[in-house]
Amino acid sequence: MLVTLLKSRRLVWREWLVSYLFLLPALSFFLLFVAYPMLKGIYISFFDFTLNKFAFVGLDNYAALFQDKYFKKSMMNTLLIVLIAVPLVIAFSLFVANTIYRKSELVRSFFRGVFYLPAVSSVVSITVVWASIYDPNFGILNYLTSFFGAEPIAWLGQPDTALYAIIAVLITTSVGQPIILYVASLGNIPASYIEAAQIDRASSGQIFRKIIWPMLMPTNLYIIVITTINTFQTFAIVQLLTAGGPLYSTSTVMYGVYEKAFMLGSFGIASAMGMILAVVIGVISIIQFKYLGSDVEY
Amino acid sequence: MQLRLKQLTIGKVFSNMLVVLLALFFIFPFYWIVSGAFKVQNVAVAIPPEWFPKEPTLQNFIDLFKNPIWRWTFNSFFVAAAEMAGVCLVASMAGYVLAKKSFPGRKLIFTLFVAAMALPKQVILVPLFTMIADFGWINSYKSLILPAIAWPFGIFLIKQFAQTLPGELLEAAKIDGCSELRLYYSIVLPLLKPALGALAIFTFINGWNDYFSQLIMIRSTPMMTLPLGVATLKGEYTTPYGVLMAGAAFASIPMISIFLLFQKSFTQGITMGAVKG
Repeated sequence: MLVTLLKSRRLVWREWLVSYLFLLPALSFFLLFVAYPMLKGIYISFFDFTLNKFAFVGLDNYAALFQDKYFKKSMMNTLLIVLIAVPLVIAFSLFVANTIYRKSELVRSFFRGVFYLPAVSSVVSITVVWASIYDPNFGILNYLTSFFGAEPIAWLGQPDTALYAIIAVLITTSVGQPIILYVASLGNIPASYIEAAQIDRASSGQIFRKIIWPMLMPTNLYIIVITTINTFQTFAIVQLLTAGGPLYSTSTVMYGVYEKAFMLGSFGIASAMGMILAVVIGVISIIQFKYLGSDVEY
Repeated sequence: MQLRLKQLTIGKVFSNMLVVLLALFFIFPFYWIVSGAFKVQNVAVAIPPEWFPKEPTLQNFIDLFKNPIWRWTFNSFFVAAAEMAGVCLVASMAGYVLAKKSFPGRKLIFTLFVAAMALPKQVILVPLFTMIADFGWINSYKSLILPAIAWPFGIFLIKQFAQTLPGELLEAAKIDGCSELRLYYSIVLPLLKPALGALAIFTFINGWNDYFSQLIMIRSTPMMTLPLGVATLKGEYTTPYGVLMAGAAFASIPMISIFLLFQKSFTQGITMGAVKG
């Protein structure tokens, strides 16, 4: 009796030891390259940290940012991008998914693939072609609008159009994953639910609102949160198409971080910008969870 | 009833047509890259545009290959493949024990990984960069590879999948005196294959396309990745559109081919983590 107990105790210990050993690589990578930089980011945001200086300044970086009109402009641009792009991405992907999900497998994978193309292609390739499409002199967009009598526009060169031109490109690169997810979860809704409603003469609008939408809620929550987090970090399209210009009209917070840290060498203030962005993203994610997640069980 | 049916079909035809139109709108930039790659400069900037290059040229590709394109391609492949292998190994080990073994702290560790997935990834790039600089790793492959392996998405994906594996099989193997390492290597890994396939492709494409990290970590022309290298072709004064388009085509074709070849398992991978049932 005692022997078996001891034996099983030893087995349990062994089991624990094995588990920790298997987790060791993942945990070490995680602590070194995710957790430590996160804490270090908070730490250096309290320092005047440039290439040849490292001095504690308390909350000065944060205070300076709240006075900085370029930072405020970047924050407003970022919020505007999120407010416009996220609802459009959701509506666009839901519409496409809802149209294709009952088609044959071949048709479905064709359209899923087409709408995913901009997301798998390098952002460099995407911006190269869009720069040529938007070009004020020979861009194909101005050529097409000229048929409607429109004057040529420097889409990326004017403060009043540049941000929207960026948002359009951003949307094309963001719908791929939501479409795949919506197609999958629409396919999981039992067809009998919808047929029953149709027999009861429910309109397609009613079917969507009362049956499809509620059943999509867990997927919705995931897509909205992920798309919001990604959109808040818009960087590459801006850096490659406009470098934040003209007149800071397309500068985002992430672009500001890049400019401050890697072009001007101010790591402290760049970290503070990153922290402010992380807090904004965190607060908004929590609100989304609270507001949309109330009827989602995990 | 008749009327409603008619409305329903009209609505359907309309939305089908709209989706086809949108698809054409999504395909057009890729067509434009490919056709632009075969146009000489004065044709590339001609108005009205030449929808199809009448006199296609290979000059753009000849000019493109004056740059260290093959070295950049190798760099991109090497970095993405190393990230893929690293993520699959680390995530399969961690995901497996998180799903199948019970030990103190299991829930805490898993919660930690999941919480980190919601972190805005780019926000930690500045402190990560200063850390990599302290290590003296700037402009090296490992500055890109090692941080990418640390990202816990793969652990989450594998854990979700491993939970569905039959526990009896693992128990039986252990009773037969199979060592833990052997169990992992010859039973768990083969069972995880579908999830690992999806994770591998996902990681490879993300690694190839992680432009922001590449931009800040890589400093010299020979160490550049393909997208980074293509971005430098812009030219100081004039934009060589044909060469740029050729470069854009060259930088995207590998990922698009991989995606099309493995679309099924890629789609499964995306879905696995997020959609229940």
